[in-house]
Amino acid sequence: MKKLPLLTLISWICFLFYAGIGIFLSGFLLVKVEVNRTSSCRDPLFSENWSLNIYSKNVSQNQLVDFCWSKPRFSRAVILIIDALKYDFAQFDSKVKDPQHFQNKIKVFSEYIRSSPANSRLYAFRADPPTTTMQRIKGFSTGSLPTFVDIGNNFASSAILEDNLISQMQKNGKRVVFMGDDTWDSLFPKHFQQSFPFPSFNVKDLHTVDNGILKHLYPSMKRKDWDIIIAHFLGVDHCGHRYGPDHPAMAEKLTQMDQVIRSVARLIENDTLLVVFGDHGMTDTGDHGGESQKETDAALFLYTPSMLVSTEQGLAEPMVVPQIDLTPTLALLLGIPIPYSSIGKVMVQLIPSGDLFDHNAQELQQAEALFVNAKQVNRFLETYSLVAKHLPQETLDHLQDMYLKATKNYIMLRDAFATHSPLNSQELKKLISDFHVYLVSVQEMCKVSWAQFHSLQIIVGIIVLVGSCVVCFIVSEFASIVESSYKELLFLAVFTGAFASGTVAIFQFFWLEFEAFSVLGTFTVVAQVAFLWKFNHLKNSNRYFLNRAVNIINTALKGELQMTSPLIVFMVFLLRCASLFSDSYIVAEEQVVSFLLSSLGLFILVHLTWYGNLLHSFIDGFKTTNPGMSSQQMAFVKDKKTMHVLVACVALLMFSLCLSHVFHGCRDEQVICTPSLFLAPLCTLQDVQLRNIHYVLSVCSLLTSYYLVRRWLCYYGNFNSHSLAVFVARFELPLLVVCICLFWAVSSTPEESFVNWQQFIRLASSVFPRVAFVLFCLGIAAVFWNPLTVFVKPKVLSEEGPITQSYRASGCVSPQAELQHLIPHIYQCMRRSYQVPKEEGESLKDEYYQPTVEAFGLGTVYSAPMLLILVLFQLLLALLHPEGLALSFLLMLLEAFAILQIHSKTSSLYRCRLYSDKFSVPWCVVLMWALASTQFFYATGHLPTFPSIQWNAAFIGFSEGHSNQVLPALLVLLNTFSSCILLAVSCPLLLFWPLICEPSNTAKSGSKLGELKSDNIPVMEMKLRDNPEYFSRALLQLMARYLFIHGAQLLASVCAAAILKRHLMVWKVFAPKLLFEASGFLVTSLFVIISLILIMRVDVCLTRWVKQLIPVDSR
Amino acid sequence: MKDIEIKGMVSAHAIIAITILLATLAPTLFVDNYSVYGTHLVWLYSCCSAVAAVNIALYALLGVSPTPKRHTLSYKVTKLFRSFMYFGFSCLIFHGIVVLYGAPLIESALETFSFAVLLSTFTTLRCICMLGPNVQAWIRVFSKNGAMSIWDTSLQITTLCSVIGAWFGAFPIPLDWDRPWQVWPVSCTLGATFGFVMGLLVAPSWIYWYRKHLTYKSK
Repeated sequence: MKKLPLLTLISWICFLFYAGIGIFLSGFLLVKVEVNRTSSCRDPLFSENWSLNIYSKNVSQNQLVDFCWSKPRFSRAVILIIDALKYDFAQFDSKVKDPQHFQNKIKVFSEYIRSSPANSRLYAFRADPPTTTMQRIKGFSTGSLPTFVDIGNNFASSAILEDNLISQMQKNGKRVVFMGDDTWDSLFPKHFQQSFPFPSFNVKDLHTVDNGILKHLYPSMKRKDWDIIIAHFLGVDHCGHRYGPDHPAMAEKLTQMDQVIRSVARLIENDTLLVVFGDHGMTDTGDHGGESQKETDAALFLYTPSMLVSTEQGLAEPMVVPQIDLTPTLALLLGIPIPYSSIGKVMVQLIPSGDLFDHNAQELQQAEALFVNAKQVNRFLETYSLVAKHLPQETLDHLQDMYLKATKNYIMLRDAFATHSPLNSQELKKLISDFHVYLVSVQEMCKVSWAQFHSLQIIVGIIVLVGSCVVCFIVSEFASIVESSYKELLFLAVFTGAFASGTVAIFQFFWLEFEAFSVLGTFTVVAQVAFLWKFNHLKNSNRYFLNRAVNIINTALKGELQMTSPLIVFMVFLLRCASLFSDSYIVAEEQVVSFLLSSLGLFILVHLTWYGNLLHSFIDGFKTTNPGMSSQQMAFVKDKKTMHVLVACVALLMFSLCLSHVFHGCRDEQVICTPSLFLAPLCTLQDVQLRNIHYVLSVCSLLTSYYLVRRWLCYYGNFNSHSLAVFVARFELPLLVVCICLFWAVSSTPEESFVNWQQFIRLASSVFPRVAFVLFCLGIAAVFWNPLTVFVKPKVLSEEGPITQSYRASGCVSPQAELQHLIPHIYQCMRRSYQVPKEEGESLKDEYYQPTVEAFGLGTVYSAPMLLILVLFQLLLALLHPEGLALSFLLMLLEAFAILQIHSKTSSLYRCRLYSDKFSVPWCVVLMWALASTQFFYATGHLPTFPSIQWNAAFIGFSEGHSNQVLPALLVLLNTFSSCILLAVSCPLLLFWPLICEPSNTAKSGSKLGELKSDNIPVMEMKLRDNPEYFSRALLQLMARYLFIHGAQLLASVCAAAILKRHLMVWKVFAPKLLFEASGFLVTSLFVIISLILIMRVDVCLTRWVKQLIPVDSR
Repeated sequence: MKDIEIKGMVSAHAIIAITILLATLAPTLFVDNYSVYGTHLVWLYSCCSAVAAVNIALYALLGVSPTPKRHTLSYKVTKLFRSFMYFGFSCLIFHGIVVLYGAPLIESALETFSFAVLLSTFTTLRCICMLGPNVQAWIRVFSKNGAMSIWDTSLQITTLCSVIGAWFGAFPIPLDWDRPWQVWPVSCTLGATFGFVMGLLVAPSWIYWYRKHLTYKSK
């Protein structure tokens, strides 16, 4: 068996996929690190080492400016958020003759601006993408640019932990009343004095939220026991989603909003500020989420009965206000500190209070506000650049310079003002503009690194992934060509790739900015192109390909079905990939996948029936064209048995699929759904009897899975040797099972029932799992160290009788099994006969029945360690899950068994096959295997959403917490991708199973090649050793196919996220699905490689063993 | 010979298709508030019974079914009994498969079973009418090179189309469109019916198109 080409090719494929995922995600996921520090009013405004202007120090220390605005302009505020209030909705243009449904419906803004221009302002309010409500609420409350993955410690809950306006309000004694969209309640739990949340999920419901708000809004306002009222209306947004903006319902909704604003404006008093704004806009179809101007531009309206803006000031007002600018403005106007990580720029035109008529004093006040703002932003930048390194250092230095210069000027001017020396208004203006420039450039820098999709990286990522899929497909379909000339292919690919990427890197280094992604992208793309080119070249020059093509045409002409079956399988695969483009199908993915899986199972049955492979012997007098029908009696009995087994396996498959739905979890989107009872840890079950039943069920399922594997090993004679692997199977696995069961028993005992034993229980609940972890690691190490499960019985020169006799004495094997055990020993003879030239075959016949060595369990030498590893992993993963899911793991084992059986029976029924494809695993089965891995992701209680990750897994055995981050992350990863791990590790079984289960003597070979008895003997997996070429080829093909299916699913999900990045559900459904799919692929590929390494280890050990044997033999 | 047979098949299939149409429209006269979605089971049963009646009548008249070997009464009764038994079995098997496919087990068991009855009417009943209650003959027809007449071919096509129609009918169920026909089992029954009608239309034209290639072995 060739080891190097296999490993290199598989790792090469994995590398290509990883590169694609990396490039895509770096463009799609915007990374920001959360800074968990909060501002407070007493933060020092001047740092101690501010000695650059000593002469001013005395003055400034005498009258320290508060970090909060010392003289807040407003003590109360009413904040009305009208979801998706686009800027177009808020404008009024009397010249429009025939207004659309959304035009000219909100007149209140223009009326107020006309009648009292000093009291009101209307701006276009520009949001940052992603323009979805949750992200926007986060955005304007923290004053920062939220991204999809805010790296912080609040993955589990959706609450905002960053410093924000609402928590500042609460801390500074403001009484906040909230009503409307219930997203707020989950984002700011316990922040409100009073809250009236209403469900926001049902997009079709236009009125529940709005009417609920209206019921509470006016009474609350009249009660006067509040400082801040926040009301979030959803009607306009829902109306947009349902009907689009140009619809009578929208007109009705906007008119209603107009009335609401009017009445609220009438109710407020002089010390109150009314803020009305939309959190984002909408497209012409009513969607939002993307970055087009229609989606980002909302309306912002400010009003107060007292003077809002001094009309005499000379500052030109901007028409467009970035959304994050509202945060510092509101904070300063209300006298609370600006949130720590806000990067907004205060809207200076609102700062000077109306009673200041001195122009200079006004401007100084503005400068002061800007100074506080700049100080806070600078402080944030300093903290942030310590935590995260991805802000460009040069820009940071430049900004720091700007900040220091402006601050110095400000202090000088301030001191001058304090000493009543005449102010230089020119300098003051310059200072204000300096601060402006500083704050705007900070915003720009942050936007570039946080809030923009990088379309180039997205496109390059998709191209790389497509290329990887193509390469993977070619490797799987032309495994022999690729394997035989892998050196040339890979050398050329890597060389040209390195050359091209080196050129790009040098070019960038000297002329442009250096970007890691473009170098990686060039490398992979060029390498893929070179690989394909070289492959094409090889293919044309290779005669093998021609032969293969001729063969395919021949079989097609013969009327063999090989051509139609892949078509159906391909269609099912296509449907699976297409289902990743629809949010409904992703929500119902569990059903979709099991639907397709059962269809494939039934399809195999129907397909076999149609071609008469299954039931032909039933039909009397009706002869099929099948050539393998020479001895009818034999075939009849055997085929009938095969048919029964096959039908039973398909039934088992469908049954376990159906049962596995019991273990589902529930997404937010699934309204009518209760999560499975098995998902809750046992200790939370109140009913004692139910708890006991669950416990017994879980323990039974663990024992059953152990027993099944033990039976299997016994049956094939892998249970007798003295190797470490058998030791693991004999003693370590039961010990592991006992450990797990004891741990479950201990952890599910209610704390109050054994008060005296509490200390012991605590100890036991951390000791048992740790022992289990250690046992698991030891087991894995043992299997890798000594994977051979072959039992050698040397020097028994006897007939078959005594062997079986002695074997029965050991009392481990059933009589039927003994027949199987004879096989390996006959195989030994056969091996020896191969070593002698064929002419002497006659003379060897005597030796034929005189074996010198018997070896048991050679037939399953490869699959036994695989099975052991599988069970070890299964036990470990069952430990990491809630107790009830042990049943689900047993089901997974059964389902895998059903698929393997279907595969082996099917392949034994297709008797006429090309020799080169002897071991190859058809697409259909590989697809079933991959679908089962997706399906059991759901059946183990997982969902592709972040809140549903089972964080408890991190604390199994470590209930007091961890000192580092690696171990809990590993445990959670193992827990989340358990199904991917198990099915990836056991993937090579697909190759071995048909050989294990092959019929003991094929009628065909018996009749045609009667003289060659060796063909009659099933040597099971030893066939693989005899044909190392075909073995490694088939293994490569199988792995490449498995990776291809996972990779293509990943590609589909990547494309879905990229194409639908404006979809309403992109951050809720598609992006999490993409991340889970990507990490699932990573885990799968990793464990595929691990299983590959295990097979190679077995192969090495086997070679050594045979070498050891031969000298003994020849003695 | 063949052309006549094809013509006969076209008319027979047309009659069945028209029956389905009539069975869809007829209950408006008898049932208040009748609609295909609203009172789905009424439509389903009317469709089932109409198709069953017309099929039995048609194939008895046409004489497609194999001629009985004996003419005794007991033989006929046994045959009839076996036919009913097979039909019942096929309903149960379809029900089981549909439940394994993910249909609710208890909640709408009646609907699921009615769907199974509909599928059996479109597939098994036609088998019984054409081939008699003879499982081996069915297996022969549903294997490659097993068709012995154009009627067998048409049986293959209509059965395949009904099942595929039902299979595709399950696709819209998870979508969040909130339409009345997305409710279980409406989309599946409609899909099966549509598939069946398509099969009825496709079968004669397909046979006509491939009449040169179709060679049937004699019994």
